[in-house]
Amino acid sequence: MTIAFPEPRPDVLAKRDEVIARLRQIVPGEGVISEENERRAFETDALTSYRRVPMVVVLPETTEQVAEILRFCHQEGVPVVARGAGTSLAGGAIPQEDAVVLGVAKMNQVLETNFADRTMRVQSGITNLAISGEVAHAGFFYAPDPSSQLACTIAGNVAMNSGGAHCLKYGVTANNILGLKLVTVEGEVVDIGGEALDSGGYDLIGLIVGSEGQLGVVTEVTVRILRSAEGARPVLFGFDEIGQAGRTVADIIGAGIIPVAIEYMDKQAIEICEAFAHAGYPLDVEAMLIIEVEGSDAEMDATLARIVTIAKTHDVKVIKESKSAMETAAIWKGRKSAFGATGRVADYICMDGTIPTGRLPEVLEGIDRIVKGYGLRVANVFHAGDGNLHPLVMFNVNDPEEQVKAEHAGEDILRLCVQVGGCLTGEHGVGIEKRDLMREQFNDTDLLQQTRIKSALDPKWILNPAKVFPLDAPREPLPGAPAEPPRQAA
Amino acid sequence: MTLHRPTTSAELAAIVAEARAARTPLAIGGGLTRSGLGRPVQAAAEISTRGLTGITLYEPAELVIAARAGTPLREVTEALAAKGQRLPFEPMDHRRLYGTTGEPTVGGVAAGNVSGPARINLGAARDSMIGLKFVNGRGEDIKSGGRVMKNVTGLDLVKALAGSHGTLGIFHEICFKVLPVAESEATLQLGGLTDIQAIEALSTALGSPFEPTGAAHLPAGGGEAARTLLRIEGFAPSIAYRSGELAKLLKRFGMLETIAQDQAAALWRDIRDAALYAGSGTAVWRISVAPSKAAALGAKLAGRGARLFYDWGGGLIWAAVEPAGDAEASFVHAQAKAAGGHATLVRAPDAVRLAVDVFDPPAPPLMAMQKKLKASLDPDGILNPGRMYAGV
Repeated sequence: MTIAFPEPRPDVLAKRDEVIARLRQIVPGEGVISEENERRAFETDALTSYRRVPMVVVLPETTEQVAEILRFCHQEGVPVVARGAGTSLAGGAIPQEDAVVLGVAKMNQVLETNFADRTMRVQSGITNLAISGEVAHAGFFYAPDPSSQLACTIAGNVAMNSGGAHCLKYGVTANNILGLKLVTVEGEVVDIGGEALDSGGYDLIGLIVGSEGQLGVVTEVTVRILRSAEGARPVLFGFDEIGQAGRTVADIIGAGIIPVAIEYMDKQAIEICEAFAHAGYPLDVEAMLIIEVEGSDAEMDATLARIVTIAKTHDVKVIKESKSAMETAAIWKGRKSAFGATGRVADYICMDGTIPTGRLPEVLEGIDRIVKGYGLRVANVFHAGDGNLHPLVMFNVNDPEEQVKAEHAGEDILRLCVQVGGCLTGEHGVGIEKRDLMREQFNDTDLLQQTRIKSALDPKWILNPAKVFPLDAPREPLPGAPAEPPRQAA
Repeated sequence: MTLHRPTTSAELAAIVAEARAARTPLAIGGGLTRSGLGRPVQAAAEISTRGLTGITLYEPAELVIAARAGTPLREVTEALAAKGQRLPFEPMDHRRLYGTTGEPTVGGVAAGNVSGPARINLGAARDSMIGLKFVNGRGEDIKSGGRVMKNVTGLDLVKALAGSHGTLGIFHEICFKVLPVAESEATLQLGGLTDIQAIEALSTALGSPFEPTGAAHLPAGGGEAARTLLRIEGFAPSIAYRSGELAKLLKRFGMLETIAQDQAAALWRDIRDAALYAGSGTAVWRISVAPSKAAALGAKLAGRGARLFYDWGGGLIWAAVEPAGDAEASFVHAQAKAAGGHATLVRAPDAVRLAVDVFDPPAPPLMAMQKKLKASLDPDGILNPGRMYAGV
């Protein structure tokens, strides 16, 4: 337990009854949760080793209610933690004792679907998979596909600029959003972008996407929907050496082929996933690649043949081309269940660094060295096309010392990612988890520029406090802005 | 006017810090091929990025390239081409539209978010930009993003500053993700369609699984019949297959013909550069709307005597109008807004661009946010003052 939470502010806690009463005026009925046993359901997200029971939870159903809530909380200086489905692995939606949790889960409607323009306008509490589900009958889908897509909301995807296995071809959330309805901390409703591909002025969509709830609360999203390819088919390769897998990936890209996904798993991950999913993964290899291509049958045959030829030049040991929809599903089930399957074997923390793909072999060696140095084990899954690494550092949750070791190992791994030219997070976000590592990637001047933008759009720093920026990150008050409350680490 | 030409980012930062201390507004220029883009800037001094040159990183197997801002774009595209790669967003070259000479630079492309017809499928410049180093209006050297294509570490200033026309920071190095050049491409054409039919045909194609990377419509005019164009890219067998499928899909719109490759390449360059309006003295608008709103908007513009063509499946309208009066600014902005889109006056005499809104005026809460962003990066408003909006 190495991450500090700020001490709850007594002046805010003292206002609890008043806050609840006002929230009940704004959101009637069951939309305000004040009983402790019910609030407890919101005490953590998917970074479950950290928990804080929030002061109160509010589940608005309209943008107007969100605006009222923010206006009130801003005026009173009450912290607000926006929450989608609470699937953040980085602790992006972990509350604190003096915060209002503002959950958008009830705002989950599709507002408009427009196939001619290939757009969809949805409320932000809808799940990622439900967006695709709404248009699947017409052969369309929403591209970014985080592994948690069954549960996670588009609100969270926007907050974290989520990616997934298929982002190599289709890009991440930021590349697939055309418009946002954002409520500012002052309770102003701002429509940014819309249905057109380009919007005027500064790229505020680019600024908001990935801002982790620091700059406002998104209540509606206009997404691009794409027509699904005619078919998709993976091939699975097993290699005796990590380097062979890495060179295969480089040569495929060098040959001008951009598969829709290139996933890498190490021996430990293969064993864990195979034991869970029975996907037919080879157990006698050091590294495995799942490479998926799209198109008509003939196109997929031709592209896969080229990919197989390249893999053979790197002494691939196992080649398994999917021959049926069932085989395809099995191959992906193994990969997509990596996190759940690892959870059956041990407690783990899932890291999310990115690296230049050319540095893969040395980084994997480095990870191995780091983790062994703490006396722990690691399984590696990796979006090999885009350099997004997910080392799962395993530990025993009942051993507090081992948990601290696991956290330190994770931090060392992320430092290594930054040292080789990568970054702290590829798709999960900084949240509370990587907040204190931000200085590994940014100097104080870089950070100060970011916190100035935060201060400009959230002058009292009440939105999703203690996330993203180190608690002692440099900041300066805006001219005329009220002095910020003191911050103390506990 | 003082002209600064720093050769290092430290020099650049020092110049800006000094200018800020003296409250001296700075105009920022690279190759000066796009000085007609945006509102004219009135500044006491000018900073050229042309001394900041060179490709700083190129890893073909990782699909990334980085270059300093003053690097001629041509150097980057040639280095990429030598390895069979390209900038996916196909940046427009404004020289033909403005009649400028000189060399477009990497910084200009990034600062203008300059994109081309492939944007519909492969994204705009901002989608390819993954790393940025810039000096803000305080003279501080800032970095955001990096050299890996997935990165959600902190606020994404790369995207926030893409297309900011030098008003939020002076870029000195940009990193892009790139793509392989397709093995082959084909351009398919339908003849004689009305705007409504053409946009329907293009939308049908873009809603198919066959992934067009270009979709444009050139209406009839000057004795030429209307041409509706689709571009597809990939491996040769795939092109043959997709051409056949698209022909079936679009049968009700007429016969789909394939255009010879050299002609097609020139045609897409012309569309990219709005070359239809090169050499004429017209004012030129670039209007982005949802495709389903484009034909009606196009008809209204044509009704006022505008010459038009459509890119990106009808979502982007290029319109040429008389440069007199407000160059139709109030009409175009109002109509674009009513259609849920927005319009930019891309070419007009300086006096017109000073007098009217070049970019559409955002709704007040949106403008307030933009001003806050500007103030956080350039509190004294010394960078390209007035380039995007009067007083900002």
